[in-house]
Amino acid sequence: MIELLEKMLTYPFMVRAFVVGGLVSLCAALLGVSLVMKRYSMIGDGLSHVGFGALAIAAALGLAPLAVAIPVVIAAAFLLLRLNVHGRVGGDAAIALISTAALAVGVMVVSLTTGMTTDVENYMFGSILAMEKGDVALSAALSAAVLAMYLLCYNRIFAVTYDETFARATGVRAGFYDSMLAVMTAVTVVLGMRMMGALLISSLIVFPALSAMRLCRRFKSVILCSALVSVLCFFAGMTVSYLFAAPAGASVVLMNLLVYGAFWAISALKTRLKSE
Amino acid sequence: MSLITCKDLVLGYENTVVLRKVNFSVESGDYLCVVGENGSGKSTLIKSLVGLIKPIRGEIIFSDGLHAGEIGYLPQQSGGKQDFPASVREVVMSGCLNSMGLRPFFGRVEKQRAEQSMRLLGIWDNRDDAVGNLSGGQRQRVFLARALCATSKLLVLDEPAAGLDPVVTSELYEIVRRLNREQGVAVVMISHDLQSAISNAGKILHLKHEQLFFGSAQAYRNSAAYRSLAGVDR
Repeated sequence: MIELLEKMLTYPFMVRAFVVGGLVSLCAALLGVSLVMKRYSMIGDGLSHVGFGALAIAAALGLAPLAVAIPVVIAAAFLLLRLNVHGRVGGDAAIALISTAALAVGVMVVSLTTGMTTDVENYMFGSILAMEKGDVALSAALSAAVLAMYLLCYNRIFAVTYDETFARATGVRAGFYDSMLAVMTAVTVVLGMRMMGALLISSLIVFPALSAMRLCRRFKSVILCSALVSVLCFFAGMTVSYLFAAPAGASVVLMNLLVYGAFWAISALKTRLKSE
Repeated sequence: MSLITCKDLVLGYENTVVLRKVNFSVESGDYLCVVGENGSGKSTLIKSLVGLIKPIRGEIIFSDGLHAGEIGYLPQQSGGKQDFPASVREVVMSGCLNSMGLRPFFGRVEKQRAEQSMRLLGIWDNRDDAVGNLSGGQRQRVFLARALCATSKLLVLDEPAAGLDPVVTSELYEIVRRLNREQGVAVVMISHDLQSAISNAGKILHLKHEQLFFGSAQAYRNSAAYRSLAGVDR
């Protein structure tokens, strides 16, 4: 086991994947709990498709991928939020609209320029090799910033997620924290999508939160459990991907599915024991 | 001194007026029950008191050291968040946020205040339980404790007894009365239970798209407004 770890860490790309991936899965797990409880689970999925479109355009124009994708996805996150609150199109429909439209734009741009290269496939399904040297510092800094923001706002995020009406009545600026959640989610999605793939990144947000909620009944324990599950599943998934040359994103998602199944079984067992 | 004074208030949503000609005040230590039929604008009034709805016209003046956002609000029961993972302590603590300014984390003062209000409402032993697993009456106590953390001056309760059985309802009213008398917290409460409103509250505000009555509970008993509502009740 330790030997395997030592061997993996001799590859710089694995170190990069572990560092950035670990941080990103931590962010995704923390945000995920609030997003799931606010019924925003699909927002991650929608944003990742927008991210795909943005990456495709950046590649076609020869621009730095992150520098293009992050502002575009943040803008999309604000738009989705506004549509959710004020729009005539319902929240889920708004996400479907924006995500498919962005995906279509991305596919169109790709086919008109480079064609379906491995780069494009990696954007869709993720790659263990995705973290390039130049991105690591920026990615690590951004995800650390998201983490710090989350911790600083933890109590208010809880209040807004649990009962927005009460929070607003007692002067917590719910709209501000909603926007902040959206920005943090957008950044997390963009950072994670090249490793996990545009089609799979939302699992990083949804799965650990749902797994944790199977077992924990307190917000703090759900957050901690979700964070732990997320990071461990990411590392396990990456290891599987390294050992069997399996697709990175899919490996991580399957790990999460395993954990979810296990937690589900444990909680079912618990309820049965209690009722007996 | 008045905590809240409403002057010629007109309330509504977008361009529909729900409630007009509202003039009343809440003094410190008051116990005011808001009564009226369904759809008479009671909840709208409550929401505007706690700042969730902006008045179309007129004004709500806070005084006597009370500021907007310093009101202990108990929203109408939604019941939609039963599956939310949250402990009693976490929910009650969240009531302390309004006095923390920009401070990110709870300190000793907040923890003490939360403990105090959980003890007052008899839910200290449940502090680590999940709110979703509690009975309806206990859950309302949790929300009352949270509201109490947000204020020492004014509680605004939107039908706290909705959906509770008679025994639990009278327990809850008893708690509210005790908080009002012993802690000196003013109470503004929507109630569907006219008789208990009259016997518990010092003042009554009767709404039916406008203000039909505002005054002492005793005077209300002899008013035409009371007869119209009591007649509907029977």
